[in-house]
Amino acid sequence: MMRPLELYIHIPFCVRKCQYCDFLSAPSTKEERQEYVEGLCRQIRSYGETAKAYRVVSIFVGGGTPSILEAGQILDIFAAVYDTFAVEAEAEITIEMNPGTVTEEKLAAYKRAGINRLSIGLQSAKNDELKLLGRIHTYEEFLRTYELAREAGYRNINVDLMSAIPGQTVEGWEETLRKTAELRPEHISAYSLIIEEGTPFYEKYGVRKGSTRELPGEEEERQMYRRTKSILEEYGYHRYEISNYALPGYECRHNLGYWDRTEYLGIGAGAASLMDNRRWNDGGEPAALSRTEQMEECMFLGLRKTEGVSKARFEAEFGCSMESVYGGVLERMYGLGMMEEAGEYVRLTERGIDVSNGVMCEFLID
Amino acid sequence: MAGIDQSKIRNFCIIAHIDHGKSTLADRIIEMTGLLTSREMQSQVLDNMELERERGITIKAQAVRIVYQAKSGEEYIFNLIDTPGHVDFNYEVSRSLAACDGAILVVDAAQGVEAQTLANVYLALDHDLDVMPVINKIDLPSAEPERAIEEIEDVIGIEAADAPQISAKTGLNVEEVLEQIVEKIPAPTGDPAAPLKALIFDSLYDSYKGVIVFCRIKEGTVRKGTPILMMATGAKAEVVEVGYFGAGQFIPCEELSAGMVGYITASLKNVKDTRVGDTITNAASPCDEPLPGYKKVNPMVYCGMYPADGAKYPDLRDALEKLRLNDASLQFEPETSVALGFGFRCGFLGLLHLEIIQERLEREYNLDLVTTAPGVIYKVHKTNGEVIELTNPTNLPDPSEIEYMEEPMVKAEIMVTSEFIGAIMDLCQERRGVYDGMEYIEETRAVLRYHLPLNEIIYDFFDALKSRSRGYASFDYEMDEYVQSNLVKLDILINKEEVDALSFIIHADTAYERGRKMCEKLKEEIPRQLFEIPIQAAIGSKIIARETVKAMRKDVLAKCYGGDISRKRKLLEKQKEGKKRMRQVGNVEIPQKAFMSVLKLDDK
Repeated sequence: MMRPLELYIHIPFCVRKCQYCDFLSAPSTKEERQEYVEGLCRQIRSYGETAKAYRVVSIFVGGGTPSILEAGQILDIFAAVYDTFAVEAEAEITIEMNPGTVTEEKLAAYKRAGINRLSIGLQSAKNDELKLLGRIHTYEEFLRTYELAREAGYRNINVDLMSAIPGQTVEGWEETLRKTAELRPEHISAYSLIIEEGTPFYEKYGVRKGSTRELPGEEEERQMYRRTKSILEEYGYHRYEISNYALPGYECRHNLGYWDRTEYLGIGAGAASLMDNRRWNDGGEPAALSRTEQMEECMFLGLRKTEGVSKARFEAEFGCSMESVYGGVLERMYGLGMMEEAGEYVRLTERGIDVSNGVMCEFLID
Repeated sequence: MAGIDQSKIRNFCIIAHIDHGKSTLADRIIEMTGLLTSREMQSQVLDNMELERERGITIKAQAVRIVYQAKSGEEYIFNLIDTPGHVDFNYEVSRSLAACDGAILVVDAAQGVEAQTLANVYLALDHDLDVMPVINKIDLPSAEPERAIEEIEDVIGIEAADAPQISAKTGLNVEEVLEQIVEKIPAPTGDPAAPLKALIFDSLYDSYKGVIVFCRIKEGTVRKGTPILMMATGAKAEVVEVGYFGAGQFIPCEELSAGMVGYITASLKNVKDTRVGDTITNAASPCDEPLPGYKKVNPMVYCGMYPADGAKYPDLRDALEKLRLNDASLQFEPETSVALGFGFRCGFLGLLHLEIIQERLEREYNLDLVTTAPGVIYKVHKTNGEVIELTNPTNLPDPSEIEYMEEPMVKAEIMVTSEFIGAIMDLCQERRGVYDGMEYIEETRAVLRYHLPLNEIIYDFFDALKSRSRGYASFDYEMDEYVQSNLVKLDILINKEEVDALSFIIHADTAYERGRKMCEKLKEEIPRQLFEIPIQAAIGSKIIARETVKAMRKDVLAKCYGGDISRKRKLLEKQKEGKKRMRQVGNVEIPQKAFMSVLKLDDK
């Protein structure tokens, strides 16, 4: 029996680093990109032995900005993948792209590579916000990219949006949501901006900089989150994970895999992997997860999903009931109205989602 | 060592206001008499404890014998007895003085006479000691030795014209101090053949020798094998060893006779048997009556002490027991708190004593402590005629059973320069002080006298005094009687639940203000949690102040990129870690430091 596996392929290049970005990504030369792609292909092919035990159920090419690569480079990468791994016919295969880096030629090549899902980074429908974020594109450029994608025949498109941008208002966020939803992408990711250390935004808006008032306040941020859910519901999207919304049947399988602890292999600079209950990042040593850590992950990752965590699955995986391990925590969280039972699932309530980290950390065992 | 000529002995102590250089002078004297070379000298030899050196205060009385070759060529034996300088230890100071025949008064040439200078001089005079003034720190640019001399003569009324003007720091003119000790401090008297009469001025527990009693022989002689009786405690024992004090060590000798200062070890198990101030006599041929002045010292300030980690309760008990071996004035008994678990209600001589014990527990015994607000002993007169001495607010009877309550007062003397008199009077007023007079000791300085409730000065009075006088005010107090007072119990409710460890007794007039401040402080200290937490201050069922800790900030909905969950785990672990140092009260996690924060509410 071949086990399901997800592949993640990291492309650490972008045209220009955004003001808030702390991912592994940087501008690059043509030569650097070519060298990287060649290395990537070699690395993929080196997994020949490992691949035998698995069938690949999803592939995600993320970045950076993967669409910065030449069409041919993407084809090379996928040639290596198909030569090495058994990829299921229905596998969900996504590539991330940013407006301004996409051409008809590239979109056609992606099709040939088997890519069936596009994830477009829009972040905001307001050009002043895009400028502030340091994005390389305008809303109008996004629209052109989106149209090109549709014309190229893509029927599964995600649009990434970002709330809590400095200066953003609840009304402004609503406008971005509505403009996006009206385009009817199959999937919308709505994250909130986090000011990460080491980014230009941290220098500008970090806690100690005293200019945090430009950031939307706590209550506003909360409101933005609630409006996201209700507005997108108007358009037929449902929230299946804390920050992800989809039209029925278009939930991102790759994303869900992370929360379900499906095995995944990350390829490329810094990429994270989980296989055989060992986790590692590219270049690092695999670390075996203890049974306790596996249980903890099962809970705190599973709770990202709105359906929650299945008690039956927990028991099947660990050979003991969820109550026997987490009975006390669950009772307390039910009592505080942070969690609830729904059939054989346990999940966060809306209140629980508001403070999800505070609830999730309760599932860490001392 | 037998046959020391009494006329060649000088028993003296050094008294001073804090920071005027008492310990430095002691060091210099020891060094110059060659007891230790300066290389062997650690600064401040007599302050043994790390804590004493660090804080520059003397906690335990210490003594040292030194031999001085006078200019006349004669050899003298000096017994220098160092005394604790703080008002908390007044009783010990007074016993130490009783072991001396004279006192060196150190006055800072820049600061002049201060409140504790006065208090200590009066104590010394009470014990009929000859007081010999010394002007210290004349090397300071701000030194005004002439003014200091004038103050000593005017304010204290003792001759100071020929007082040595020295710098204990550099050693300048310290020789002159030594010569004056020979001239001005009287030699002891007493009959070595009379029945034994020795005054205990300190005792300590040594794990090898057992209890070591520090004493001054007033009459008679004591040697190994002498059967002894402690006249107040009634404890009897046989002397195992007698000796005198080297620098930091005990040097055994044949016998101690009238006029001498030294130590006795005997088959005694507990320092409680050897109370400071008690008289030792020969059990076989006792003296007629004990030396005057023994009194039992009782704790004045109480607080709860709890181990931060509940499992360390036995360690805390052991540590307290060990400390009590050396400190008979420390009292403790077990108590339990809903919020803090198992701990002890501890009694102290004063706030400094409390702080010192707390610090020693934390440093020497590695314990992490949570302490509750210090309180005094209130007398609760119940309607049924019963009188309760209340040390723990939680035990206050129902108000319907209380006829009235009394609280202890102190007589305070505050010495302050004239520009700050107004500010200090305001402070005393706020602390319910009753004005009791003021005297100018010179044009720009005055002594303010107030009656103050003890419970108003045990929190942060000293800090407030310093901050409102830019450090210039000095303060001393003595206990006074109990007076009837309109006291109430202030409770703190967190998430509607009373937190017993935060309750305390307070005057009704100041309850609102303090309740409000406590709520504000707790709001700052209690981190946001999964839900909104009301913090309330209440007197009985009446809520007098309220603050709210808002629910936790909405969690940032970060992207978990490329399945890299290590960052997520770290975030959760950090959040979880934060909870470990917290106490669970109902559904609320209260950080340990929140309990402590309310002890020091900022003065404006």
